[in-house]
Amino acid sequence: MLEVKDLRVSVEDKEILKGLNLTINPGEVHAIMGPNGAGKSTLSAVIAGRDGYEVTSGSITFEGEDLLEMDIEERARAGLLLGFQYPVEIPGVKNVYLLKAALNAKREHLGLPELEAPEFMKLVREKLQFMKMDSSFLHRSVNEGFSGGEKKRNEILQMLILEPKLALLDEIDSGLDIDALKIVSEGVNSLRDAGRSIVMVTHYQRLLDYIVPDHIHVLSDGKIIKSGDKSLAFELEKRGYDWVIEEAAQ
Amino acid sequence: MANQEMEQLVRREYKQGFVTDIESDTVLPGLNEDVIRFISAKKEEPQWMLDWRLAAFEQWKEMTEPEWAHVNYPTIDFQAISFYSAPKSSDDRPKSLDEVDPKLLETYEKLGIPLHERAALAGVAMDMVFDSVSVTTTFKKQLGEAGVIFCSISEAIREYPELIKQYLGSVVPVMDNYYAALNAAVFSDGSFVFVPKGVTCPMELSTYFRINAENTGQFERTLIICEEDAQVSYLEGCTAPMRDENQLHAAVVELVALENANIKYSTVQNWYPGDEEGKGGIYNFVTKRGECRGDNSKISWTQVETGSAVTWKYPSCVLKGKNSVGEFYSVAVTNNMQQADTGTKMIHIGEGSRSTIISKGISAGRSDQSYRGLVKILPGAKGARNFTQCDSLLIGDQCGAHTFPYQEISNSTAQVEHEATTSKIGEDQLFYCRQRGISEEDAVNMIVNGFCKDVFKELPMEFAVEAEALLNVSLEGAVG
Ligand SMILES: Nc1ncnc2c1ncn2[C@@H]1O[C@H](COP(=O)(O)OP(=O)(O)OP(=O)(O)O)[C@@H](O)[C@H]1O
Ligand SMILES: [Mg+2]
Repeated sequence: MLEVKDLRVSVEDKEILKGLNLTINPGEVHAIMGPNGAGKSTLSAVIAGRDGYEVTSGSITFEGEDLLEMDIEERARAGLLLGFQYPVEIPGVKNVYLLKAALNAKREHLGLPELEAPEFMKLVREKLQFMKMDSSFLHRSVNEGFSGGEKKRNEILQMLILEPKLALLDEIDSGLDIDALKIVSEGVNSLRDAGRSIVMVTHYQRLLDYIVPDHIHVLSDGKIIKSGDKSLAFELEKRGYDWVIEEAAQ
Repeated sequence: MANQEMEQLVRREYKQGFVTDIESDTVLPGLNEDVIRFISAKKEEPQWMLDWRLAAFEQWKEMTEPEWAHVNYPTIDFQAISFYSAPKSSDDRPKSLDEVDPKLLETYEKLGIPLHERAALAGVAMDMVFDSVSVTTTFKKQLGEAGVIFCSISEAIREYPELIKQYLGSVVPVMDNYYAALNAAVFSDGSFVFVPKGVTCPMELSTYFRINAENTGQFERTLIICEEDAQVSYLEGCTAPMRDENQLHAAVVELVALENANIKYSTVQNWYPGDEEGKGGIYNFVTKRGECRGDNSKISWTQVETGSAVTWKYPSCVLKGKNSVGEFYSVAVTNNMQQADTGTKMIHIGEGSRSTIISKGISAGRSDQSYRGLVKILPGAKGARNFTQCDSLLIGDQCGAHTFPYQEISNSTAQVEHEATTSKIGEDQLFYCRQRGISEEDAVNMIVNGFCKDVFKELPMEFAVEAEALLNVSLEGAVG
């Protein structure tokens, strides 16, 4: 599904990713952990195609296609969704309007007609209910005045409607209360299937109790320095990152 | 026609009091008394109207062009402009849509303008336009039954001289400013609306019904009067791009609201802005003012401005009545080389008068835009209140936005609030939308429309939909 090879990325002449390798197969769930400032959000931004990042070497392919040659929206329509660490507010634009525009863009890419309004509303209501969100969220401006947890739920709502092939969820668990964590996790789990892959960036083992990953990676100083199965998260929770960093240095 | 001949003609015709047939429908360039006599005669105006025009001309000659607006344009040579051209006859107009500039039609398509309306807008001769005559007739009948007068100002001068004498120039005096004086001297045509006491006008009045009926373009003059407890909503312009051979446009609009009256005036202005270099665009110097004469009266200006090469425009309210209300909601978009200097003036005279100003400016390309607002509270305006919010959105980094808020407060019980923001269209917002698969252009449109929402919601429903589409067309190619 996704293949990142020897990726080097600089921001304003400062190298942030320093030769990163990552392979995600269809159906897999991966978790990326690592210290603050290690480059986790940078990695997801580069995969999504955000401006301002200079790829100095390496490659990223998505289903065999060279992702670095594609525009942001092309990548999205091809099935890539980024769950933002800090979802963006767009004053005056109704949430439901963004959802509709996004879904139609995807459908157009797939050669499908736009959904008729009643069908679309039915779909949205269903997903809204699943996320235990009030329908008033549809008519509020995108993320404007949403609480931290509400913003994260809104990200998953979009994901449920857009059904991406690959979801990169950046700290989807931060700022969530216990109930919300469950709801968000159920949302993500409901999309798990053999053809879809999920990458979660998180600082806490707790999320991984709800969404059990197949692989865990430690990203430190721009590289993946250790990979393992879900037990690695418990070890990290107990011992922190220093020992992994030391181990990698040897 | 040689100058001399024309002079003779004008004199002769004037003596006769009216004109039945004149070969030439355009006067030679230049402005002098004879041209004014010619226009007045063409319009079959009474003597008092001609005198009014001539007096205005005398005053205009003494005035100088304002230079303080934050815009640059070559000096206008008033002797090079032709001040009157008659409505195009059916023969000169395109006979069908096949004869209309395809680019214009493409824009109509994008704006979602219905097929039969496109023909009217493109200037296809009226009698060829589907059904428009019967529409207008039904419409006139309904208004007549309600006692509302809605006609051209020329007709009003002939048919309702007492109303014209009472109200014309009573809100925007001839001497008000350079362009207002010029307009008073040479105005070609415009609309007249009179809503009598206690009447709520049964429909929204739109200049659309009069478009192309006359070529009102260049020096338009509009007068709207709402008597006690009367109400009207008036729509000016249309979203379709208006091309015009006349480069200078100087309109005057006067609104009068008596006690408890309510006037809502909505404008969508889309004059030709010129090409990407700004060539050929229209200069639009407008004086619009409403007077809330009666207690509890209300005047509301809502405008969406996307056109013109140079715009200079400050719809204003004079709040004389006790507890009278003035509102100004504006979206102004400038792209490429356009320049706009717009804003409003709220003059608080009456006790407890209130005003609201919401201005949204969007600059793209190499355009330049200024908001200029004056809130003036006179000593008698006890407890007056104003709220001003003035937001600018920049697209790209070659455009400019400036805000000049002026306040003159002479009553200590008044409350005046001003908020202003300038933001660049957020890279993070664009990234967010595009990451959801929305194209960059659609994302810009979405964000811009969101930014303007507070103003769009003040527009009459169908106008709001058109205005959104218009904004999208205006910003085409603004990014990327
Ligand atoms: N635009 C930028 N300009 C300068 N430095 C930047 C920029 N963007 C990111 N960085 C730097 O790159 C490094 C990696 O940032 P990144 O956001 O990817 O970290 P992270 O692993 O997601 O951290 P966290 O766990 O705190 O979210 C940090 O040192 C950050 O300051
Ligand atoms: Mg991060």
